Amino acid sequence: MAAKVETLETVDSVTGDYKYGFVTDIESEMAPRGLGEDTVRFISEKKREPGWLLEWRLRAYRAWTKMSAPEWANVHYPPIDYQDIYYYAAPKKKGGPKSLDEVDPELLRTYERLGIPIREREALAGIAVDAVFDSVSVATTFRGKLAEMGVIFSSMSEAVHEQPELVRKYLGSVVPYSDNFDATLNSAVFSDGTFVYVPPGVRCPMELSTYFRINAAKTGQFERTLIIADAGSYVSYLEGCTAPMRDENQLHAAVVELVALDDAEIKYSTVQNWYPGDKNGKGGIYNFVTKRGACRGRNSKISWTQVETGSAITWKYPSCILQGDNSVGEFYSVAVTNNRQQADTGTKMIHIGRNTRSRIISKGISTGHGQNTYRGLVRVLAGAEGAHNYTQCDSLLIGDKCGAHTVPYIEVKNPTARVEHEATTSKISDDQLFYCRQRGLNAEDSVTLIVNGFCRQVLQQLPMEFAVEAQKLLGVSLEGSVG
Amino acid sequence: MLEIRNLHARVDGKDILRGLTLSVNAGEVHALMGPNGSGKSTLAYLIAGRAGYERTDGEILYQGRDLLAMNVEERAREGVFLGFQYPVEIPGVSALTFLKSSVNAVRKHRGLAEYDAMEFLKVVREKAKQLDMPDGLLQRPVNVGFSGGEKKRHEIFQMALLEPTLALLDETDSGLDIDALRVVASGINRLRDPSRAILVITHYQRLLDYVVPDRIHVMAQGRLVKSGDKTLAAELEKTGYAGLGAAA
Repeated sequence: MAAKVETLETVDSVTGDYKYGFVTDIESEMAPRGLGEDTVRFISEKKREPGWLLEWRLRAYRAWTKMSAPEWANVHYPPIDYQDIYYYAAPKKKGGPKSLDEVDPELLRTYERLGIPIREREALAGIAVDAVFDSVSVATTFRGKLAEMGVIFSSMSEAVHEQPELVRKYLGSVVPYSDNFDATLNSAVFSDGTFVYVPPGVRCPMELSTYFRINAAKTGQFERTLIIADAGSYVSYLEGCTAPMRDENQLHAAVVELVALDDAEIKYSTVQNWYPGDKNGKGGIYNFVTKRGACRGRNSKISWTQVETGSAITWKYPSCILQGDNSVGEFYSVAVTNNRQQADTGTKMIHIGRNTRSRIISKGISTGHGQNTYRGLVRVLAGAEGAHNYTQCDSLLIGDKCGAHTVPYIEVKNPTARVEHEATTSKISDDQLFYCRQRGLNAEDSVTLIVNGFCRQVLQQLPMEFAVEAQKLLGVSLEGSVG
Repeated sequence: MLEIRNLHARVDGKDILRGLTLSVNAGEVHALMGPNGSGKSTLAYLIAGRAGYERTDGEILYQGRDLLAMNVEERAREGVFLGFQYPVEIPGVSALTFLKSSVNAVRKHRGLAEYDAMEFLKVVREKAKQLDMPDGLLQRPVNVGFSGGEKKRHEIFQMALLEPTLALLDETDSGLDIDALRVVASGINRLRDPSRAILVITHYQRLLDYVVPDRIHVMAQGRLVKSGDKTLAAELEKTGYAGLGAAA
């Protein structure tokens, strides 16, 4: 209820300019422009990485030079010049900060402007924030409390040094370095990211949250996230993004790997609000992300929830490999494309174990000249006795210049499997708008209300604070869609 | 309150209203009757501001102001309420959320503080009790899976919450069984108020057994052909519209 009011207020208050568009002036320490083995060595050396990791990066780099960018997605953009990108930028700082007091005040002000008061969140929201500014983690909170329970929540760079066995065992075990063009590039040049390990039987006492932010000009952002839930554990992870306004397209090629062992559960929620470009499609982030979770253990569960409102181009398919018997994969998605935005997003559910179950709920909303594609694969392998998938894909069109596309792939190799697929396409009707307006809502608030209703099944999967943020974002993203 | 003068209007290029004149004062309940196609609903939509309904001549004054110069939501916020003949479904949005957004939009416009979730819940519970509105209905998505009777009761409930100055009820009695009709009628009667004008559009006189109007108007071919007091309903009952020269 309160969220609703806030949504409406937000719509009122936003004038159409990207709300989070500003640039923080912090000197970056950059790798030379362009990509070669030198760049990979530079990054690895900067981070004082062990030899095995450098070797892994180099293998990825060499594989990448033989690959080409995928062309099957329903998105269109000029070719990216990978030699015209800076692959590493870190805020200049000697030694890591031990507490917020040591963090560059300019950074803290940036967070304030973004509406992420870390101190308040610490105290009020009970969220531990591992804030990624550019590529290096600069603020990590609540680690003490988590450490008492044995939960490791750190930057990937730190984990490489402090948890070498875990990192070595699991890094690339879900998304191999040679997986796909963008993931392979990430493997070669990933700068930092988040590492989470939840020990057996531990229920992580708080939502873990990282705010990503792309800042330095022409710096590709290559985050690497690895979350491991050991037997019988539970963790909920929140990822939220905003970015400053930029003229040039920025590449973001992140990799997220999740591993759930026996009886473990991982809930991964994303609210993605990167700069989508202006009304004519100028600028905006290219969001080419590989997210995949492995339900390795029996009765394990991985649940992806995403609200994608930003980026000029979104290309991502958070997936589940259901290896363990009785394991469960879920994908809940809202994707909004306005103006010239393009999204090609969906999931892959790979049923390997017996009695594995998956559920896909996808809500695509297109307005302006936006193009929205759901692309999903449900694959049931021969051994997946009793597997069950339910897929529901709904598209909502606002206006007559946008597009919605649904591309489901279903491959079933076991006769006992049940696979259900439902899809709908609808428009906001004049009757609905008139009804809302006759009750006193203006046209934009009416659309926001109707769209929030359309997305309800997904939004209710989000943790409370995130649901509020997501509703606000929907309102802001739909700005200008009527009238 | 409502002053309609020589109103002509057109829908899809077809002339529907042809010189309708009608005035309703605060504190009065008027019934507008007439056969199908006589223009009753067109009048309601025109007053509420639905797109596609075009005034070609005449005027509508609401509290002395030019109503047609205001957009849909302005009219609503200024106190014009339309009870829909076919209430619209809004999947995924609970009736409670919808009502709160609506009530707060109106309150904001009137310079009143918006209700927070707790305050609103209190107000709603109070009203629900008065109107015998089942609580569970408000938790469900707006009009989705509502029975005909539930939809109409929901409309009356919205009217009670929004406290309009001019209420138009478009065939609110259609499709109701006798029990639902009684409930809806008592909801309307409860809202009779010296500061409020109510225009009930109906096909049948049976609603008027429960909601006794101050005036009854019979409409045919886009204008009023007869007006009278409540006894006109009984007359109509005997002669039908044809007897009044009002056949379609």
